[in-house]
Amino acid sequence: MLELRDIYTNYDHIRALKGISLTVREGEIVALIGANGAGKSTTLNTISGIVKAAKGAVLYNDKNITKSSTHSIVKGGIVQVPEGRAILTTLKVIENLELGAFIRKDSHQIKNDIESVFSRFPILEKRANQLAGTLSGGEQQMLAIGRALMAKPKILLLDEPSMGLAPLVVKGIFGIIREINREGTSILIVEQNARMALQISNRGYVLETGRIVLEDSSASLLTNKKVIEAYLGG
Amino acid sequence: MFLQQIANALALSAVYSLFAIGFTLIFGVLEVITLAHGAVFMMGAFAGLIAVTKFNAGLASTLLVSMIVSGLAGYLIDLIAVGPLRKRKFHHLAPMIATIGCATIITSTYQGIFGAEAYRFPFDFVPSTSYDIVGIQLTLLQLIIIGISLFLMVVLIFFLNKTRWGKAVRAVAENPRTAALLGIPVEQVFRLTMSISSAFGGAAGVLTGLNFNTIHTFMGGPILHRGIAVIILGGMGDIRGAMAGGLILGFSEILSVAYISSDFRDAISFGLLFLILLVRPSGIFGKVIERKG
Ligand SMILES: Nc1ncnc2c1ncn2[C@@H]1O[C@H](COP(=O)(O)OP(=O)(O)OP(=O)(O)O)[C@@H](O)[C@H]1O
Ligand SMILES: [Mg+2]
Repeated sequence: MLELRDIYTNYDHIRALKGISLTVREGEIVALIGANGAGKSTTLNTISGIVKAAKGAVLYNDKNITKSSTHSIVKGGIVQVPEGRAILTTLKVIENLELGAFIRKDSHQIKNDIESVFSRFPILEKRANQLAGTLSGGEQQMLAIGRALMAKPKILLLDEPSMGLAPLVVKGIFGIIREINREGTSILIVEQNARMALQISNRGYVLETGRIVLEDSSASLLTNKKVIEAYLGG
Repeated sequence: MFLQQIANALALSAVYSLFAIGFTLIFGVLEVITLAHGAVFMMGAFAGLIAVTKFNAGLASTLLVSMIVSGLAGYLIDLIAVGPLRKRKFHHLAPMIATIGCATIITSTYQGIFGAEAYRFPFDFVPSTSYDIVGIQLTLLQLIIIGISLFLMVVLIFFLNKTRWGKAVRAVAENPRTAALLGIPVEQVFRLTMSISSAFGGAAGVLTGLNFNTIHTFMGGPILHRGIAVIILGGMGDIRGAMAGGLILGFSEILSVAYISSDFRDAISFGLLFLILLVRPSGIFGKVIERKG
């Protein structure tokens, strides 16, 4: 349902992506792993239209969205939880969730969906009227994911959801990511924590300095010697 | 006597706050100090004047016309001058300079049409009755000015805090990129902010014209300086700050005219501004402004 065809993306003189092709099929969890600066966030931002590809095409349900604006891409169902979470710190927790549903007009259903985010993340209900900036790192990640769900995404792009979180919290978050996927949302997840990402995903891509160097089922990648050496601390 | 000065100060402050609230909102959302805000203010005053003198409009429709004309001006300024620079990711200064250009074009066009003389509203546009409110004598005109200003500010605050688009404006103010990732059309929010804020500038213009019963083409300059002072005083981008700053400036001007000398009015009020900034460099409500993306 999502396909990147030979994507090149530049920042001024820096060539961040040099011909990336990947696909996410309906119902899949796909992992994108790679070292710092490999181009993982750039890949997600190219999909979201925050940076524009210089060459190549992003296809979504066979429609070319390479040049679409970010807000129309979100409206189409591709929602990103950016690196570092990027919650709106000067707005209340509940307002962050409401804005997650900005693209929707079914206000009654929105209320129900806020309730279901609360039942998934009970801590957010307790903090509903606090400024989001007062949340802990783990709570902010829950808010960022909960907020993305408010848009009813068809594909969720997750940029390092484990970043800066304690192992136990990471486990909880990954459990929820799996749950979201089981409920029907396809997921493209970018991670430094390659082991976790490959354990929950169906397939994976390995990115090195702007190029995809490996692609396989996650199970095979987990036992691949090169992957173990470079990314699984083995 | 003192109580009378309070009435004058309240009316003046209300208009300063109204002008500054839009000015500060534009800064908070677009990160641009729009130096065309004074010209937009003047446009509002003339629009109101024409509505009254040529079309016999009542108070409500006069205000509405002023706000529509100025709001449209703000929309066009963003469309033509500020917006294109934003897309090209120019330095923050470039859009500000562009607004100087807009101010110059607007002001000189109006001077070409209306000349430099002062215009007045018809003598009995607002009846000259006055009321005693908790010991303060307020003219009907002052009541109207204070009432309309307060009403508009309350509406704006309600809009920002309670409505979907208002929340979107606040999201863009904090981080345009995050806002875009929520599906918010950021460009539209920028334009909406410019339009609303400019409409408020126009309302301030027509109310100022009524307050002093003079309207002229160069009335945008002094208010622009005061507006800058007020939003720095209140904390750049802060709505409450703009309201509080307007109050402080309005009172210090009226009281220095009444008790010291009108010659020193601006020296005293701007001196006060420096003093406050010495104590609180980022303004009364200001926090260190920081934005990612
Ligand atoms: N806004 C930017 N301007 C200029 N260069 C950038 C920008 N963003 C990223 N880059 C460069 O592009 C390359 C890819 O960066 P990217 O953020 O996509 O990497 P990443 O794989 O997400 O890394 P990390 O794991 O550290 O998040 C890097 O060399 C980076 O320095
Ligand atoms: Mg990254």
